[in-house]
Amino acid sequence: MQTPAPFEYERATSVDNALALLERHGPEARVVAGGHSLLPMMKLRLAGPEVLIDINDLADLDYIRVDGDDIAIGAMTRHAALLSSPVLAEHYPIFRDAERVIADPVVRNRGTFGGSVCQADPSEDLSAVTSALGATMVIRSTEGVRTVSAREFHTGPYETVVGPAEILVEIRVPIRPACGSAYEKVDRRAGDWAVAAGGCFLTLDTGGTVTDVGIGLTAVGAPHFCAPEAEAALRGHPISDEAIVAAAAKAAAATNPATDQRGPADYKRHLAGELTKRALRRALVRARGEGA
Amino acid sequence: MTMQVTMTVNGEEVSREIEPRLLLVHFLRDEIGLTGTHWGCDTSNCGVCVVLLDGVPAKSCTVLAAMAGGHEIQTVEGMAQGGTLHPVQEGFFQEHGLQCGFCTPAMMLTAQALLEVNPDPSTTEIREAIYGTACRCTGYENIVRAIRWAAEHPALEEVTA
Repeated sequence: MQTPAPFEYERATSVDNALALLERHGPEARVVAGGHSLLPMMKLRLAGPEVLIDINDLADLDYIRVDGDDIAIGAMTRHAALLSSPVLAEHYPIFRDAERVIADPVVRNRGTFGGSVCQADPSEDLSAVTSALGATMVIRSTEGVRTVSAREFHTGPYETVVGPAEILVEIRVPIRPACGSAYEKVDRRAGDWAVAAGGCFLTLDTGGTVTDVGIGLTAVGAPHFCAPEAEAALRGHPISDEAIVAAAAKAAAATNPATDQRGPADYKRHLAGELTKRALRRALVRARGEGA
Repeated sequence: MTMQVTMTVNGEEVSREIEPRLLLVHFLRDEIGLTGTHWGCDTSNCGVCVVLLDGVPAKSCTVLAAMAGGHEIQTVEGMAQGGTLHPVQEGFFQEHGLQCGFCTPAMMLTAQALLEVNPDPSTTEIREAIYGTACRCTGYENIVRAIRWAAEHPALEEVTA
């Protein structure tokens, strides 16, 4: 039987209450949302918090809404809600692409957006999505609110800038007109972690020049889950399949994958390029309004 | 250290003094004695421990009993009403939807939840809905047929007539 080591359980009634509990219990306390990453790690003794602060009652962190020029997504939004959201399907189908291949529908009923990115597993899909989209992470403490770019959010595997007495409360993505986005993943079996994955958005002007682009990479050791050189190769230039192929090669070059049970490093690097290419092609179709 | 947890299981309020680290699957099986919820991989992969948490399928090996406090849990024991099988249970009987039976409670609860939001699912939608649970016998064809049978027989009167 796999059972976590003993801990104390607290249930937060509000964000303020959760922050007060974090301050009271100190750095050995951890917030738990869906628990589908943290509880398995606790069973394996890879994590051993002394206090768990359950934030599942914080329904006010469960939303997806247009807020000014952004889409604002509450940290407690479940994967299932990200998958079925009409707002995200309209503006950023990259979420639907990614969510369709995250674990399975039952896990998606519990796991949350905030939990996934805070767990910061290098093979987790939404970190690359937020990195590709240039999302802003909204972090709260009793001192107030601070925001961090998604590309500065992760400090390493399983590490983020969220401090011990802080909570990620919201993820904001700017709405971009004439935008297409997509996510492509290879896994060894349905619902598994990625061997590799690539996601992107791009926006075009009426002449077909790329006005903005973001490329995210999962599970291949790309710093901050992104590929800035591949983006720079596309931004400000006319879009073409040759340009996509060249950018995808730069994305592959930005990776530093590790050989493990999911595959050898060379294969993962190859996938990073190939999946970036496929994601860019699909995003282009969507940006032109030619298909889903 | 222990804590008091109170939840509704199959419509009945239950309350126990538990350790916070107790998982919901063990709470149901060992504390309440409802062994219809099976315990499989312990890693939220195989999905035989699915129960309905406020009507939504959840893997009870990856939910703390403490987290379920104040919520409504339904297990396979809560499917039949007054001695009458739920249409999904009847479907599994009619279409031979089980072999060893290990995944059956989870499959049936997942099917019940699916049919509540989508009463007439396609076989593709059924396959997508159940892919969180592994059938060790690989009896998926009959499981999908069983769920389709339930969709086509929503009222139990049709079965007995």
